[in-house]
Amino acid sequence: MLDRREVVPALLKDRGDLLVVAGLGASAWDITEAGDCPQNFPLWGGMGGAAMLGLGLALAQPQRRVLVITGDGEMLMGLGALCTIAVKKPANLSVVVLDNEHYSETGGQETATRHGVDLAAIARGAGIADSRVVHGAQELGPLREAIHAASAPVFANVKVAPGNHPLVLPPREGAYLTARFREAVLGPAAHHQL
Amino acid sequence: MDRDALEMRPDAAADWPDRIFDILKTHGITQVALVPDAGHARLIRRCLADPAMTVVTLTTEEEGVAMLVGSWLGGAKGVLLMQSSGVGNCINMLSLAVLHRAPLPMVVTMRGDFGEFNPAQIPMGNAVQPTLEAMGTLVRRADVPQDVPAVVDAVIRLAFNTYRPTAALLGQRLIGAKTFGKD
Repeated sequence: MLDRREVVPALLKDRGDLLVVAGLGASAWDITEAGDCPQNFPLWGGMGGAAMLGLGLALAQPQRRVLVITGDGEMLMGLGALCTIAVKKPANLSVVVLDNEHYSETGGQETATRHGVDLAAIARGAGIADSRVVHGAQELGPLREAIHAASAPVFANVKVAPGNHPLVLPPREGAYLTARFREAVLGPAAHHQL
Repeated sequence: MDRDALEMRPDAAADWPDRIFDILKTHGITQVALVPDAGHARLIRRCLADPAMTVVTLTTEEEGVAMLVGSWLGGAKGVLLMQSSGVGNCINMLSLAVLHRAPLPMVVTMRGDFGEFNPAQIPMGNAVQPTLEAMGTLVRRADVPQDVPAVVDAVIRLAFNTYRPTAALLGQRLIGAKTFGKD
């Protein structure tokens, strides 16, 4: 079974100007372990909102590629977002769920995916045609290519091993995370334009 | 009972929805996230007809909170349109706008507010302002048509000039009470 701490670096390899949003908890620690930078937007709250935050960003920056990395528990809390994304069909947005079938931050309780709920099937049913389940390392390269080059939204449910990794915490100050991200995307004008 | 009575929409001659649209344009709003409400029907039609606006119909209002934080990160200005009941769906997600200092103007058409017929609308309608304020949102209200433009303009300015969630509550008195043909 894949290790999330191997999946995330593989997907973020040579990321160029890829913008990355991470759902709260382990996904935020994962992208930070892979290398904290202004183009990362790790969430500390708003459970269920990661994919929609990615949609707003993707619609605002249609020339940039946007990747949302989140967990199965976080995605389950905002499943309607898959419908909303499918309807808008942003070509530059990918949503990758690191599915360990558990709420790993709160004691390892089982999520619905542990009991057969198929997030990729839900995404496909919503209308995201490129919805895949990833089990093996050989599928990560093609997924990374799709994140950078697809012409329609991509959804991937990556099955990963349960269990916690060492915490690698991103900055906690939300205003700082916002300001550095906006400056990376918009330049110095980010702090002056209205 | 006629359809207008069922849907409870503003009088066709009321032009305050058009004034709201004008204000959105003046402020360079390009992303409109919404869950439809009859009170917003005319404004929604105007937004959909404008090729410079990206209109996103949400499955639940909290999606719009997260979306507009993302819009701001990408340099776009947005607004969230909803009915008062939808405010309840947004509460925890407003954490993101507060934590990240993201401008988030909301325009809320009120139910459970003034002459309400449906008892189910009362609990949330009555709780809209205190719950929004408890979550750090600046709230301003309009109850007569002539106040609508100034109030909506104010909440958009407060949001983008001071980096926080703000809400304009459009009182049910503006929109009329839904009667289910019982009037």
